[in-house]
Amino acid sequence: MAAPKTTEGVLGTAAPRREGRAKVTGTARYAAEHTPPACAYAWPVAASVARGRVSAVDDSAALALPGALAVLTHENAPRLGEPEDATLHLLQSPRVPHRGWYVALAVAETLETAREMARTVRVTYDEEPHDVVLEPGHPRLYHPEWANGGNPGDRETGDFDRAWEAAPHRIDVTYTLSPLHNHPMEPHSATAVWEGGHLTAYDSSQGATPVAELLAHMYGLDQRQVTVVAEHVGGGFGSKGTPRAPVVLASMAARHTGRPVKVALPRRHLPFVVGHRAPTIQRMRLGARDDGTLTALHHDVVTHTSTVTEFVEQAAVPSRVMYGAEGLRTGHRVAALDVPSPSWMRAPGEAPGMYALECAMDELACTLEMDPVELRLRNIPDREPDSGKPFSSHGLAACLREGARRFGWERRDPRPATRREGDLLLGTGMASATYPVLVAPSTASAQAQGDGTYHVRINATDIGTGARTVLAQVAADALGVGLDAVRIDVGSSDLPHAPLAGGSSGTASWGWAVHKACRELRESGGTVVTVDTTPDVEAQQEYARHAFGAVFVEVGVDVVTGEVRVRRMLGVYATGRILNARTARSQFVGGMTMGLGMALTEHSSMDAALGGFVEKDLAGYHVPANLDVPDIDVHWIEEHDPHLNPVGGKGIGEIGIVGTPAAIANAVHHATGRRLRELPLTPDRVGQDLAGAAG
Amino acid sequence: MIPQRTATSSTLTLYVNDTAHTVTADHRTTLLDVLREHLDLTGTKKGCDHGQCGACTVLVEGRRANSCLLLAVAHDGAHLTTVEGLGDEGRPHPLQEAFHERDAFQCGYCTPGQIVSGVGMLCEAAEGHPSHVTPREVLERATGAPAELDRDEIRERMSGNICRCGAYPYIVRALEDVRHEVTRADGPARASGGGREVPA
Repeated sequence: MAAPKTTEGVLGTAAPRREGRAKVTGTARYAAEHTPPACAYAWPVAASVARGRVSAVDDSAALALPGALAVLTHENAPRLGEPEDATLHLLQSPRVPHRGWYVALAVAETLETAREMARTVRVTYDEEPHDVVLEPGHPRLYHPEWANGGNPGDRETGDFDRAWEAAPHRIDVTYTLSPLHNHPMEPHSATAVWEGGHLTAYDSSQGATPVAELLAHMYGLDQRQVTVVAEHVGGGFGSKGTPRAPVVLASMAARHTGRPVKVALPRRHLPFVVGHRAPTIQRMRLGARDDGTLTALHHDVVTHTSTVTEFVEQAAVPSRVMYGAEGLRTGHRVAALDVPSPSWMRAPGEAPGMYALECAMDELACTLEMDPVELRLRNIPDREPDSGKPFSSHGLAACLREGARRFGWERRDPRPATRREGDLLLGTGMASATYPVLVAPSTASAQAQGDGTYHVRINATDIGTGARTVLAQVAADALGVGLDAVRIDVGSSDLPHAPLAGGSSGTASWGWAVHKACRELRESGGTVVTVDTTPDVEAQQEYARHAFGAVFVEVGVDVVTGEVRVRRMLGVYATGRILNARTARSQFVGGMTMGLGMALTEHSSMDAALGGFVEKDLAGYHVPANLDVPDIDVHWIEEHDPHLNPVGGKGIGEIGIVGTPAAIANAVHHATGRRLRELPLTPDRVGQDLAGAAG
Repeated sequence: MIPQRTATSSTLTLYVNDTAHTVTADHRTTLLDVLREHLDLTGTKKGCDHGQCGACTVLVEGRRANSCLLLAVAHDGAHLTTVEGLGDEGRPHPLQEAFHERDAFQCGYCTPGQIVSGVGMLCEAAEGHPSHVTPREVLERATGAPAELDRDEIRERMSGNICRCGAYPYIVRALEDVRHEVTRADGPARASGGGREVPA
């Protein structure tokens, strides 16, 4: 057969988003924007105690309101099969594991009445004492067997204690991070309709297939009796990764009332029910020789989980990847507190863990009087330090060198607190970034339409990543046709099953299946091909596969107000092949912006007395606003890694948030000479510290 | 027309994108919920329902406002412009095109609010309104001439619209692209429209 036609110009080009016009004109519909005839509205009732049991629910006043339809509680809600994720076993028991746990659901003809009903329902509790504050010496801390992502809780290679004792240069410091909230702009929402035993749900989710599986299991249905649609999703950042409360509540209410029901969570509920990034207290011990070679590294993470589910933020895991040391000890300790259940938030593990590791590296560089870029270059390992596996490719050195060159790093005076512009102290800082290459099996189908066009079907989810666009590019490339010849459907569980948009794995997982289906269609000359990549994924060779990056930042610190502002920010990434320059750049910039928020604005806290998050909404929890964010410069190193998937990408959705917080914190140290080991670096903290230093 | 009222609801007319809509709304219903739930104009988004995020931004008599903070019953006869009403028949507004071209969004949920806010902001600037970052010497001149929109002026004036995907640098570029295409003539007078009476 003829050599495949070259399709340079399809994959890798900056194709605009396929749904872009629908989004800018307001016609793209999200989960709560489907209103079937006779649709009712539901508003959840959140527990007002931090621990205990519901002893009574008085719904008489609520049900007396005009337009009231029902109040669901653990006493009358449909019985559900027990899900693997216990946070979804809603209204099935009187137990209240944390403040904000849903104890009832008000259903009414209108949104206003449902809300009024929820306010009117009287819930009484048998309250129990609660324990919500994480402390480094908490008596309930234990060593979990596993941390998130299937990572072992504790690991040691070599002999850390001996290496530590022998190290001529040592850093022993502790970094503290508050809980963080995902807060996608679209609150978690669902609209559910039961029709003749078939459940259709429009859900705000990063993956409709797992939602359909959950609903089928909970209601004892065949999966063909469930359709979950997630056509447009207003962000997730992990918090819509697995099913969440709205689709469970809406489907229960719809079943109970015989009406379609819409549930859109109030913004102030989100911190309590959609997961959060757990707080971490990270002790870092680094030992090094005179030449900067790391000999001892101990990354000790203390964090919390809830009593409902064990989720351990795997913050020590990046220390198993980044730099070698003769003695390498990494571990997690977790306490199950009476707090809302933590879950995924963009780059779980890497985002908080690399903050601690990369700040500690900066401290070590200062101790050694060595350039921090040079210190990292000297410690890039030949093999993955913890596993001993060879790397499939390793782009860190290239990112560090290219970043330093573009940023003008060689002109930097390493002495801290030496640059001043009026009331501003100026400084620069840098950090490395990393994120693992994850891939999951997927199915997909490709059909020749007979007129030179093709129809690709796969239940991928486009949560704003550009998945729809990139997969069409993958298909066009594999088919050897122009982009206009490919129609692609995503975002419904009725399409060929696919994994969720998470772990920066979407494009690799879905792209592999789309590529395979299109190649097989092209080679067979048939009309339709459906493929499953399970055998291909399982046949992958044993390599350590990671994306890397380097972030460089310049900040100005106002000595009067303590305000830190980022003046310049540069990220250079090595993430395999970039499939769409436009959407890729947006994702890198978006991740770095969230990293800026983590460094400077985003903070949450537990109310020790009342047992809930204090920062409930966007007035209390500050995500970056437009004026907080400077122009952000992003570049990438073209990487040809033969050990990835056929489309060659490593995943880009999360690495942008990794490294950025440390780079900013290191720049603040360079500007002020002061080392604050807790984020965010808000004016109150920085100002007080500067005032204390001056006084 | 004379509004029909009960103790808990009123019948009122809203002129949305030059079309009159007569609705009977609960007195607790916000303009945002009338748009989304009564008129099925779901382009205007609900992000926080508390005036904190700007996703619900519409033009009310040509001025940008958070529609989640406005009660519909207090706006009988008001003229609104939503994202669906920008641009001309079948042709998107230049700012909508610029957002698409600049990839000034990812998930798209804050986007309609950003775009409507941007149109309102450009009108404000064309009318010479200053902002928090406008230099003192410009304020003191007080000529009423159109405000010069450098990047920091755009950033400041767009800081009422939160984008969690982090598209801010591209939102700024999209506004730079069209900053001279929106003039005083595009302001409140035009945005408030003619008000054809059409049954809801």
